[in-house]
Amino acid sequence: MNTEIGTEEFHHVQAAHCENGVTTALLRHHGLDFMTEPLAFGMGSGLFYIQIPFLTINNGPAISFRTMPGAIFNRTCKALGVEVTRKKFSNQDKAQAFLDNKIKESVPVGCQVGVFHLTYFPKEYRFHFNAHNLIIYGREDDQYLISDPIMEGVTTLSTQELNRVRFAQGPLAPKGHIYFPERIGAINDDLIRKGIVKGIRRNVRDMTSIPGYFAGVDGIRHTSNHIRKWRDKLGLKKASLYLGQIVRMQEEIGTGGGGFRFLYGAFLEESAAWLQDDRLANLSEDFTHAGDLWRASAIKMAGVYKGRLTEQKDFEEIADMLLNIRSVEKEAFQKLSKLNLGK
Amino acid sequence: MKKEDLPQEPGALSRLTRELCYVKNEEGKYETALSQGWDVKKEALDSAWDNVNDRVEEARRAVANGEKSPVYYFMELRLMDLTVLSGYTGFFTFFIKRHLKPSVFKGLSDRKLEKYAGAFDISVDELKNFKG
Repeated sequence: MNTEIGTEEFHHVQAAHCENGVTTALLRHHGLDFMTEPLAFGMGSGLFYIQIPFLTINNGPAISFRTMPGAIFNRTCKALGVEVTRKKFSNQDKAQAFLDNKIKESVPVGCQVGVFHLTYFPKEYRFHFNAHNLIIYGREDDQYLISDPIMEGVTTLSTQELNRVRFAQGPLAPKGHIYFPERIGAINDDLIRKGIVKGIRRNVRDMTSIPGYFAGVDGIRHTSNHIRKWRDKLGLKKASLYLGQIVRMQEEIGTGGGGFRFLYGAFLEESAAWLQDDRLANLSEDFTHAGDLWRASAIKMAGVYKGRLTEQKDFEEIADMLLNIRSVEKEAFQKLSKLNLGK
Repeated sequence: MKKEDLPQEPGALSRLTRELCYVKNEEGKYETALSQGWDVKKEALDSAWDNVNDRVEEARRAVANGEKSPVYYFMELRLMDLTVLSGYTGFFTFFIKRHLKPSVFKGLSDRKLEKYAGAFDISVDELKNFKG
């Protein structure tokens, strides 16, 4: 059974993270009503940690708490046998013509944009960050109808505003990047269960056995070692800015390190029901614990950039908190690995 | 995080939307809840902006003292670095670095100035006549 893409009305979905939200909303639109944000995140093996060496973003360390942009959508669709179309453009007019065509066919599409010129965002959030995702689901005269997953409701952008954010420049420039499910195959519970198991196993691999010292759970230790040296090496002012950047990467929309651990906990809880396996529900608690620890570390870091904590011992304490998080997450993933799911 | 512990401390984002978060309810199950914001995050963002404002002020002074060209000031004002500005103008970073020198900036053609003005969202006159 191959279902051609339907044309029914689009329903906005609010999510904790933009790419999860786009994935969930587009798949639900095409009749995959079981799809939830935690399921999309888990099947797409979204949980990750990396401190990219030699790279700074906005004059601070480049840290990510999630997998590569685009991977969650791709992996989740692939696991469910959903064919995906992706397109990038060098020419703005062609990008707009392609989009208008899809809208005429009543196909909602995912779109990568930069937030610096995103007019409805508060000014304080408009940095040159180019991996935000939203859905375009229609057009009324000059206004495109926008469903931005981080928002409670829908919004609009004019043709000019939309072209500008679709062709934002800088690292990860979107180049009009547009993507959508092309064809949905037959989906049954068995396929979903397989997708869940595959998502978990890939996430175990990414977090525990990725080579190198700066990614996966070892990446957390890498950052911890850096933090110990920051105060002497960079001076207190710059060191506090760096900690502020970690917290922003960790807790802000679109990145959420602590939040992602809760999301993964929610995913394992849902997986326990799909797989009829209570062991997963128990392991969900470990990730909740990790999320709580991340938040506690953020509070401690806030003490530094607020100027309340200034001593080297405060930096040591923060570094120790991260080491503790590393061991909690490592143990949780090792337990997940030992469940031998799908065998 | 328990549902009752979810912070409701408004920040810049709460002007646009509340954020969706995953929290534990009374039965220990996950559910979603909306948050107005969290002061720990708000202060991190504030400190990032303090830093941006410092850099902009430093750039303004450098232009006023004749050490840097207006391109440098507007690059900082628009939170750009050489890579981002290179993307918006189409100039290689090597040339942009040269254009940051007041002596080189003076000799730039109107076509090049227009590219910069477009990237900064200002007029060519504003760019040319910025004195710091």
